[in-house]
Amino acid sequence: MARHEIQVTVNGVQGVYRVEARKTLCDFLRHDLGLTGTHAGCEHGSCGACTVLVDSVPVRSCLMLAVQSHGSRIVTVEGLAQDGKLHPLQKAFADHHGLQCGFCTPGFLLTLVYLLGRGKRMGEEELRRELSGNLCRCTGYQKIVEAALDAQAAQAEEKS
Amino acid sequence: MPLLNMRLARPQVIVDINRVQELEFIRVGEDGLHLGALVRQAKLEEDPLIARHCYPLKEIAPFIGHPATRCRGTVGGSLAHADPAAELPSLLVALGARFKISGEGERWVPADDFFVTYFTTALGPEEILSEIVIPYMGQGTGVSFREFNRRWGDFAMAGIAVFLAVDATGKIRRACLVPVGVEGAPRRIQEVEARLQGEPRSPGLFEEAGVLIAREVEAQSDLNASADYRRRLLEVLTVRALEDAYFRAMEESARGQA
Repeated sequence: MARHEIQVTVNGVQGVYRVEARKTLCDFLRHDLGLTGTHAGCEHGSCGACTVLVDSVPVRSCLMLAVQSHGSRIVTVEGLAQDGKLHPLQKAFADHHGLQCGFCTPGFLLTLVYLLGRGKRMGEEELRRELSGNLCRCTGYQKIVEAALDAQAAQAEEKS
Repeated sequence: MPLLNMRLARPQVIVDINRVQELEFIRVGEDGLHLGALVRQAKLEEDPLIARHCYPLKEIAPFIGHPATRCRGTVGGSLAHADPAAELPSLLVALGARFKISGEGERWVPADDFFVTYFTTALGPEEILSEIVIPYMGQGTGVSFREFNRRWGDFAMAGIAVFLAVDATGKIRRACLVPVGVEGAPRRIQEVEARLQGEPRSPGLFEEAGVLIAREVEAQSDLNASADYRRRLLEVLTVRALEDAYFRAMEESARGQA
């Protein structure tokens, strides 16, 4: 099986890796780098559990090959907390009990990092629509949405 | 990629064209808005040229998958994949777009002739879709898109793209109606278009068009919806889309005359 050399920066750490052409970014992160916070759910782009940020935009890591990420900066859920301090979104999820089993949580968090990073204030309806690409098998959407709205409000307050 | 993940496709070689920057342009041409095949679906929501010259593309963008798929998914990719439940193919047939196909040479194909059947297009094995031209909509026109699905952003169980042009008196000059997710490939339903052509809006006209379109399509059954349910959805969505498109066309026409 053909292997390709790729250079990527994952959670701020730059590295050069040799990966099989057929390997998805999701499998590369989990198996080669041991970053198992990225969860493989449906593996065909429906559930959103494997969402990571590639060059600041959300990507289904099951729908992208690792070789396609050559030269990119990738952020996984492991890269959100800084210096032992939770990311504001992680904190909001904890405060609001925005997770039950936690399987979907990394995907929700990274999608939300992007959505809130756009700086566009979302109402609840818009937020729910934008989050429709992430499934929660515990169906705990109410708390997830509350956490996200709270994090958005906190972010707006900080800016003002 | 899902095809690879599920081992439905086992290609020997994959050529990744994602980084071909020459295919990522948006340009205002004489004959219409030109899009490179690699324009990301997320761009349709954000780009000011698209908002200005082709509002239906901006409006349809939120229906195409989800933010994470739109950031990677391309306009050309959606068209070349030709999923019968995808939004862009039907909209571009309704708007009368043309596609540039590049292989050994170049050829242009109208959207009408591009889609053959399920996941099948006019593309040859050694060709790629490289450019899309969408004609400007012109005076007195209105476009509306409606679809129904269980979860926002999923493939449509049924949907419809409607293009209407009206004259100064409010008569329909031209109608294009293209269902989504009902048949194997997008096509204009000419029997309904002919019924609308030359008509002023009258009570019951759009309802009649809804009944007619539901009768004319060869709806498919699958695990998402039965053919009958699809026809019923299509009927209702068609009436709503016609009303919306007509209202917009009249508004636009009034603005043109002012």
